[in-house]
Amino acid sequence: MELLIFYPLAGLCVAFALGVVINNSPVGSAMSLIAMMLGLAGIFVLQQAHFIAVLQIIIYAGAIMVLFMFVIMLLNLKGSGEDASWRSRDKNLLMTVLSGFLVAGLLYKILCVLNSGEFDSPASLPENFGTAREVGTILFTEFVLPFEVASILLLVAMIGAVVLAKNKVD
Amino acid sequence: MDIEMEMVPLAHYLFLSATLFVIGVVGVLVRRNAIVVFMSIEIMLNAVNISLIAFDRYLSLHDGQIFSFMVMCVAAAEVSVGLAIIIALFRNKPTINLDEFNIMKS
Repeated sequence: MELLIFYPLAGLCVAFALGVVINNSPVGSAMSLIAMMLGLAGIFVLQQAHFIAVLQIIIYAGAIMVLFMFVIMLLNLKGSGEDASWRSRDKNLLMTVLSGFLVAGLLYKILCVLNSGEFDSPASLPENFGTAREVGTILFTEFVLPFEVASILLLVAMIGAVVLAKNKVD
Repeated sequence: MDIEMEMVPLAHYLFLSATLFVIGVVGVLVRRNAIVVFMSIEIMLNAVNISLIAFDRYLSLHDGQIFSFMVMCVAAAEVSVGLAIIIALFRNKPTINLDEFNIMKS
């Protein structure tokens, strides 16, 4: 049953991820990326991570993609970006070979993990696994220091973004 | 139990994650539009989140979900700073083709 939901969602994600890379206009890429994020949220729900799925929609499909669209519209990229010339760059063959190495390495590592026998039988899940209450409790007790560090990171990023976008760089 | 029998195997999630990661890497290597390169980086970060949460469910832990929450924080920070850098670059030179930025090269 879960597989019936998983395969369409996974196919959707891969198709839209390819759409991001292949699309010539940045707006089309952004739209594909939003669709991919929504598909991923579905996959997170399938993995019982409801809280993360909601965060995925709010943060990625909401905030981050609005930022992307905002910058695309602000820069008004008609004619100043790239055209279709990236398809016929002479470096593409080298890049393909490098990606091939990456694929081989990833497959080898995944097969190692799967054959190690450590992950043969799934652990049984408690009833409230992945709910906001459960994740929130752990976040504010066991992982409270990383949480605070993340808030400092976001503050620094915010200040950095304001300073970078405000001043004229020479 | 019935529900456990029907669960999607761990391998499926890992292969989906690897596929999306490779698509992101190819995007970063092949595309020259700075904004599309950033989107490809987002794809890679999301691909890692899938693996984290898949292992989480398999081992019945919450650590992976906390880590993917941190990944989202880093992604948000990275996007805001990165897009600010793109705007600053665009003010200097009205293009976002990465091949045309070679000030630091020579």
